[in-house]
Amino acid sequence: MAFTVPKEVYNGKINQVEVGRDQHKLILGGEEVLPFLSFEGKAVSTVPLALEVHDVNPGDWAPSLTAVYGSAMNDPVQWARMCQDEFKADMICLRLSGTHPDNGDRSAEEAGKVVQAVLAAVKVPLIILGSNHAEKDAAVIKHVAEVAANTGSIIGKAQEKNYKTFAAVATAYGHKLVALSDLDINLSKQLNILLTQSGFDGKNIIIDAMSSTLGYGLEYTYSVMERIRLSALQQNDAMMQMPMICDVGEVTWKIKEAKASEEDQPAWGPAKPRGVLWETLTALSFLMAGGNLVVFRHPEALGMVRKTVAELATAA
Amino acid sequence: MLAIGERINVRTKLFSEAFKARNFEPIRDMAIRQVKGGANMLDINIGPARKDGPELMSWLVENIQKVVDVPLCLDTSNAEAIEAGLAVHKGKAMINSTSADPDRLALLMPLAAKYNAMIIGLTLATGGLPRDANERCALAAEIMAAGAEHGVPMEDIYLDPIMVPINGQQEQVKEILEAIKLFREMNDPPMNSVIGLSNVSNSAPEAMRSLINHTFLTMAITVGLSAAIVDTLDPAIIQAVKTTSVILNQSLYCHSYLETC
Repeated sequence: MAFTVPKEVYNGKINQVEVGRDQHKLILGGEEVLPFLSFEGKAVSTVPLALEVHDVNPGDWAPSLTAVYGSAMNDPVQWARMCQDEFKADMICLRLSGTHPDNGDRSAEEAGKVVQAVLAAVKVPLIILGSNHAEKDAAVIKHVAEVAANTGSIIGKAQEKNYKTFAAVATAYGHKLVALSDLDINLSKQLNILLTQSGFDGKNIIIDAMSSTLGYGLEYTYSVMERIRLSALQQNDAMMQMPMICDVGEVTWKIKEAKASEEDQPAWGPAKPRGVLWETLTALSFLMAGGNLVVFRHPEALGMVRKTVAELATAA
Repeated sequence: MLAIGERINVRTKLFSEAFKARNFEPIRDMAIRQVKGGANMLDINIGPARKDGPELMSWLVENIQKVVDVPLCLDTSNAEAIEAGLAVHKGKAMINSTSADPDRLALLMPLAAKYNAMIIGLTLATGGLPRDANERCALAAEIMAAGAEHGVPMEDIYLDPIMVPINGQQEQVKEILEAIKLFREMNDPPMNSVIGLSNVSNSAPEAMRSLINHTFLTMAITVGLSAAIVDTLDPAIIQAVKTTSVILNQSLYCHSYLETC
């Protein structure tokens, strides 16, 4: 008897979201099956991969990272160009970390100037994020979203505390929105309902289930993301059918396993491949759980993930 | 669970007049209200429609599908009217209904097959109402056999155990719950079932009807009911549908789950 491959039938599909401007638009999502199961139906064949750029030099990054970017880290424009031209990032994730009250407390106007300069310097789509301070982000984003009007950027991160401001400015200036909830699928659905009830188009939401890195809660993020995808595809839950962003670089490069030098931890081997692999494996795990967009810090991690995604997409 | 809106019905004077005069306005309003209320299908009951059934049904189907994006359940004993409706229907319609009477089955099952429609099979023979769950299953088997003979997929057949009023036939109501449970066991994947819910509270005091309706619906969903023709303008009904779906882990809980489909 001939073997027939058993196939799942899915009731729902993931929204397709277009980001960027002019000739440099990208598509997130649009898949109709679980990740990479292209023998069952339409799977994602490409996943946009972004590199992080900060408005101010973060100052505390691991030597493996500062060795890559060098003095460019003092100038967001130069840094963004490097990510686009040299490291071929599909997108730039511009973090306005200098606006945080504990990290310089830069004004919305200062942040707006950086956004304007980076937009002028690169062509790839932008993800423009605040400093993860709910109140300050709401104040900053009003101005920054206007500066970036009609560039099809992704702005964020909207949380339960500030979603109304984010929804209003994203609608007004034509941006997509990252909706962040605290590692809880029920809260994620709730935030999406709140956003759509406030008048925001659910087709412009990108879910952030809150990333965590290998060894520090990766399995929690994985499980939440996986259940979000199952609700979207099997239960046809429209409030869970948004593409998902994986903010991997930030959570990976703050842990000691990624940062510690070989002198401090001789048993762990050379620092650079250790950190790069940590970031790569975390990102790949989230892609298996249904991630549609990854933010990296190390370009070599981005490169390895790009290669693996290409292999998985053509394997079937 | 499939919630089929019951309100567009020839037995309501407003609609019998609107049907006759081809006055679409009240029909449009009711179609939109029911879908907003939570209906994911609408029953269109034109009664026996002996005179101009086919014209009336195709007029209704074409116009209603212009204003709401849900499939329709074509409810009439006039098979020609059903075919006229199926011919213009977009998407997967439902035929309401055939009984287990061989003549009706021979007439309606081929229509379901030809138009790829779902079909309600009343577990009712010419001899009158079935007396218990077992008789309902025996009639269900005849309906399923006719479906198989005419090439209707089992998942398109919705078995109807025939809802009766609790006021008068109390002992039958629990037989209906039992039948819904047994229907599921008659096939793999389980057979679908449907009830005309409001019948359970027929002739009960008006103030009691919603309570009886949504309590019975909750119990029926628990034993596996897959569809019901209901009053989707009664919030208690749709709230029961959504809450049972969450409790049975068929849709994801969140604080505002009542506010989405």
